[in-house]
Amino acid sequence: MISCKEAVARLWTHLDRNLGGPQERELEEHLGLCRHCCGELEFARQARERLRAPAAGVEIPPEARERVERFLERLSKKD
Amino acid sequence: MAEAAVQEGQFEAMVHPHLDYLYAMAVRLCGNRAAAEDLVQDALLRAFRGFARLRNREHPRLWLVKVLTSSFYDRLRRERRAVAAEVEVDEEFDLFDRITEEDPFPYSDRVHLDFLDLFDDVKLIEVLQRVHPSPRVALILAYVYGFAAREIGTITGKPLGTVLAWLHRGRKQLERELWEYATTHHLLTPHVEGQR
Repeated sequence: MISCKEAVARLWTHLDRNLGGPQERELEEHLGLCRHCCGELEFARQARERLRAPAAGVEIPPEARERVERFLERLSKKD
Repeated sequence: MAEAAVQEGQFEAMVHPHLDYLYAMAVRLCGNRAAAEDLVQDALLRAFRGFARLRNREHPRLWLVKVLTSSFYDRLRRERRAVAAEVEVDEEFDLFDRITEEDPFPYSDRVHLDFLDLFDDVKLIEVLQRVHPSPRVALILAYVYGFAAREIGTITGKPLGTVLAWLHRGRKQLERELWEYATTHHLLTPHVEGQR
């Protein structure tokens, strides 16, 4: 069975669905027996979720929007 | 490559619905709003120059992200900041274990989640700035915007192996930087900070 260190190194890649074949199977076998790494997996999942952009996102402040739109308009006039 | 005919106002009409998205991504890449606005303008100019060669104008978002990312790399080069340098990461550091050991919230039964709750979006943007540029781009595209590793390869023009290596290094560096940020900004209890 792979070590906890090796399992932890694979967790995010596993969550990204980028692990394949034997590496995935070895990790699943490890997670089936190791409570500590299951905790790490849940933490990695939560940290990953935390990074996701909030639904509202970051809106352009009105003055900046005006400048960017004016710039876009000037570019488009060169069409 | 054959260039498609460009009608007046077509570029503006295509790009305008994506301005907020591009701006939000630029803030995360650059870390501040002034630089983000400049980056968006750089990207719009670059996109405009390449517009005639763009075939799929119905779904331009991936192309616009690619243009924004290229403009970001150009900006780093102009500022003479290393873009592709090897990043040294502390492979031994494990944030989960560090939180378990230091136990900054002794009365909590969700100590790891309490740690993550310390970081709102503004703080996360600050922490991301501490990650080396290429791994940072990969982290932002993958985890903030949900692009798959292969798409990140297309956006950055790098092979899948390079993207996966960036993601690994970026995550390790991010773990370390989250802990450093929490301690240096006094987000944890004083006795924990003293034990660093």
